[in-house]
Order: sequence, then C-alpha cells, then structure tokens
Amino acid sequence: MIRGLSRSRRIGLYGFLIVLAVVSVVPFYVMVINSTRSNVEISQGISLVPGNRIVENYRIIQEKVNIWRGFLASTIITVPSVVLSAFFGAMTAYGFAKFRFPGREILFWVVLATMMIPQQLALIGFHDLTVRLGVIDTYPPLILPLMANAGMVFFVRSYIESSIPDSLIEAAIIDGAGEFYTFLRLIFPLSMPAVATLSIFTFVFKWNDLITPLVLLSSSEKFPMPVVISNIRGLYEANFGAIYLGVTISVIPIIVVVMIFSKSIIKGLTVGAVKG
Amino acid sequence: MSVSVPVRRFFRRRDNKGYLFILPYFVAFLTFQLYPMIYTLILSFQTPLNMFENEFAGLANYERLFSTALFYQTIGNTWYIWLVNFVPQIVIALFLGVVLSDRSIRGGQTFRTLYFLPNLVTAASIGVLFAVLLDWRFGALNQMLLRFGVVDEPINWLQAPLIAQGTVSFIQWWQWFGYTTIIIMAGLSAIGDELYEAAHIDGASTWQVFGRITLPLLRPTMLYVTVTSLIGGLQIFDIPRVLTNGRGAPDNALTTMVLYLYNQAFSYFNVGYAAAVAYVLFIMILVFSAIAFAVINTDRGAARRRA
Repeated sequence: MIRGLSRSRRIGLYGFLIVLAVVSVVPFYVMVINSTRSNVEISQGISLVPGNRIVENYRIIQEKVNIWRGFLASTIITVPSVVLSAFFGAMTAYGFAKFRFPGREILFWVVLATMMIPQQLALIGFHDLTVRLGVIDTYPPLILPLMANAGMVFFVRSYIESSIPDSLIEAAIIDGAGEFYTFLRLIFPLSMPAVATLSIFTFVFKWNDLITPLVLLSSSEKFPMPVVISNIRGLYEANFGAIYLGVTISVIPIIVVVMIFSKSIIKGLTVGAVKG
Repeated sequence: MSVSVPVRRFFRRRDNKGYLFILPYFVAFLTFQLYPMIYTLILSFQTPLNMFENEFAGLANYERLFSTALFYQTIGNTWYIWLVNFVPQIVIALFLGVVLSDRSIRGGQTFRTLYFLPNLVTAASIGVLFAVLLDWRFGALNQMLLRFGVVDEPINWLQAPLIAQGTVSFIQWWQWFGYTTIIIMAGLSAIGDELYEAAHIDGASTWQVFGRITLPLLRPTMLYVTVTSLIGGLQIFDIPRVLTNGRGAPDNALTTMVLYLYNQAFSYFNVGYAAAVAYVLFIMILVFSAIAFAVINTDRGAARRRA
C-alpha cells in the first residue's frame, strides 16, 4: 500500500508518524531536561539542553521526603505480590487444565467473571475488614490478594493445555512422583514462558497501583512510589525542578523496562486480544 | 480417623485432586474479593449511627444518590472524558495499525515502541508530570506555544471545565493510543494475506479493501478494545485525582465516579453512600459489557456463517 503512494503523500505519512512519536516522547524529554534546571531557569522558558542543578534539586527533594524509601516500599509490596500470583496462578491453572473434576466449568467461569469486577467494589468492604482485623496500615493486605489473579489463571491455563502433554504428567506419576511434586518440579518450570509474560504485567499493574495503598496505608514512611509521587506536588508547591526530578526518578526504571522487554511485552499484550 | 476414610477415597480418584490445586485460589478469592464485595453491598444499605456502629437504612443511600445532582454530573464527566479520549484513539489506532502492518514501512517497530512507551508508566507520575507541564505560568506547554507564537497569552488548562476535561482526555489518549494500535495490529495479522491478494487481483482500491475486508474482519478486535477501554475508562481515578489534588476542580468537572466514590468513602467517611456509588458503577459496567459481549457473539456467528 505504502509503496503505491506518491512521493508527497509518503512524506506526509512519515511526517505524521514522526509527529506522533515526538508527542509520545517530548513530555519525558522535557521532564529529564527540567529535572536538571533551577526554578528560575524553568520559569524563563523551555530548553533543549540540560542545566547543572540536578544535585541541588536532589538535595531539595531529600529534605522533605526520602524518595528511595518509596522505591523500597514499592519493591516490598510488588515482588511478593508477583511471586504469589505466579505460583498460585500456575497452580490453579494446572488444576483447571489437567483435572476433570465435577464443577470445573462453573468454577472456571467464576474465575473469568472476576476479571470484570471493578477493584473499587471490594475496596470499601476490604478497608473495613482490615480495620476490624487490626491490619490496616500494614503490607500484607496489599500483597495477599494477588494469590487470586484471574488473568494469570486464564492465560497460563490455555498455555498448559496447549503445550504440556498428558503423557508427560502420567510418566512422572508412574515414576512415583507425588501430585504436588509433579506440579512443583515439572509443570511450574514448563509453564514459565506464560507465567513470566503475565508476571511482567502483574508487576507493572501492582507497581503503578495508586488507589489501594492510598486507602490501606496511612503512615507516610510506608507509602509506595505512586503515593509518594502524587504527594510531591503539595510538598514542593513552587519548586518545579525538584518536582521534575522526583517524577524522573519514578519514571526512568519503567521506561528502561519497557525498552528492554518491549518485544515480550507486546507479545503478551496480544495473547488475549486476537481471540476476542 | 473414621472421617478421613471417605475423604481419602474421594481423592483416590485422580481428577478430584484438581480441587486441591485450585483450593488456595478460591480461599484467597473468597477472603479478599467476594467477602469484601458482599460486605460493600451490605454497607450500601446502612448509614452510620455513631463512630463504630451502623444501622440498616434500606435504600436510603441509593435514594440520596439518585437525587444528588453531583452524582449525575460525575457520571457525565466520566463518560465525556472517556468518549473524547476513545473516539480519536480508535480512529488513529486503526490508521496506525494499518500503516505499521504494511510490509514496506520503515522503522515500524521503533514507532510502535515509542507510541507504546507512555502506556506502562505510572499514572500517578504522569499526572504530576502533566500538572507541571501544563502549569499556567511556568509550564513547558504554554512556554512552547508562546515561543512559537501559537497563542498570545498563556492558557489555563485546568480552569475552564471543558478545557480541563479535554486535557484529561488528551492525557488518557496519549497513554493509550499506542496500546490500542498494538492490539489492532495483532487483529490485522490474524486476517491473513489471501483475502488481500484476492482483492488486489480483483482490482479493489485501498478504501474498498479497508471498508469491505479489514474493517468487518477486525470487529472482534475492535469490540475487545472497546470493552476493555470502557471498563478501564469508567474507573478513571489516578489522573484526575493527582491533577486536582483530589478536589476534582474546576466546578467538579474532573470529579469522576471513582474519585467521587473515593472522596465520599475516605475523606468524608460516608461509607454506605460510597458503597452505593460503587454498586451503581458495577451495574453500569456489567450492563455495557454485556451489551458489547452480545455484539461480539453475534458477530462471531456471522463470521462463521460467512466462512
């Protein structure tokens, strides 16, 4: 199609593609540049080259909030969540994929249905529950719910069904391996490609989650990155350099991850989409 | 020990061991999702009596809800912000999907990655970033527009309700058009070359191919994109909250349903009332998803019949 276009139309087309690419990237570029400039410089206008105030901006941030503590909190919440969702997700997927027990279809339908339920529906009740159990403002209520990750079950199940033959499992059982041992040593490692792909999304989803920690945590030293960042504007009302730098620190790791894993991320995105 | 004998007999049948594998999931599901959901429902029928106790109030919360103008406004805000973001998003993503799927395109993968980049970045960070970029006096956008002479005086992006909503729609569009492009490209790759080759041999024009082959066969993908975007869009919270520090200003134009729900529950402690908002939102999502799914299914049937 493109080969058939006239020269001027082709230039127009690429021009459009480039403009969109610039629109996608420019906010991040301005962010990085302005994180190195002083407030006065920022107020005077935009710039294409960085300034030399990054250390100063960093010092201003650290005066009021320890941004690395936000990172640490995010890691403490996200990593166990991903591990739980991977392990129990694969286990559940295996149960649905390779065992023909009564009620299997209905139970799987229940799992699918939960993918459509808005998060906020449980959040109000869950907040109340954590208050009454005295676990409000702790991390476990943010982590444990990931044991039930419907998306993980859905995708890993179809992967196990299509790529792990029954004969392999039968052979393991005949050789005297227990059922759980078979899962742990055979099925879980074999389903890793699907588990890993979905885990990238679990990680990003959990890392970016704002509303749950906002509701369940109240001590500022426990806040994960999104909460820390959303408060940063109030803390440095007029100090744009510091705000830009804070946002930069929070954004760079994810941009690096996207750049490195973009192929497998894009592959993972499209798994469910084509089937509709 | 007599109890465990039938249990053991039950699990001697290998297929029944499947229950053990799915058990932890359902324990977590019942504890962390279903029970809180039901509890939210119960709360929606209660009003606070004092600090610690609630009393049954029947449908009072729902009655109050449906007689509150602000609630209708939040529904309108949410839909408006979603539509103004989604319509250009799907049009541009369709165009980009077709263009980037073309074999003779140069740098297709790079474009795709760059478009997708904003999608995975934390929405809270995006909100703060745009808040400073769009700042009335010192924001980079106004500085750019002034320098290039597009405007004579700075625009206050978050002051007039319609402009503020359009700004949020733009941010949402910016975050999601690359994602939608990728999904549409996946849908396009599933169509296969034979149809296009046949159309080419028959001398069909580019527009005819797009209208008669691409668009009809892409409908399941389009509906997938629509449903997931709708479900996400009706729950929009992060960007409006961060941009307005939770106030939903100006004139509540950025008070979306979930921001309203959040403020009611956790700032004003109207928990029962907020729970009612949550259930109205849920019903809305169910109804509109069901409509879309019904369309997908009939469409699938039609496709099979056509084949």
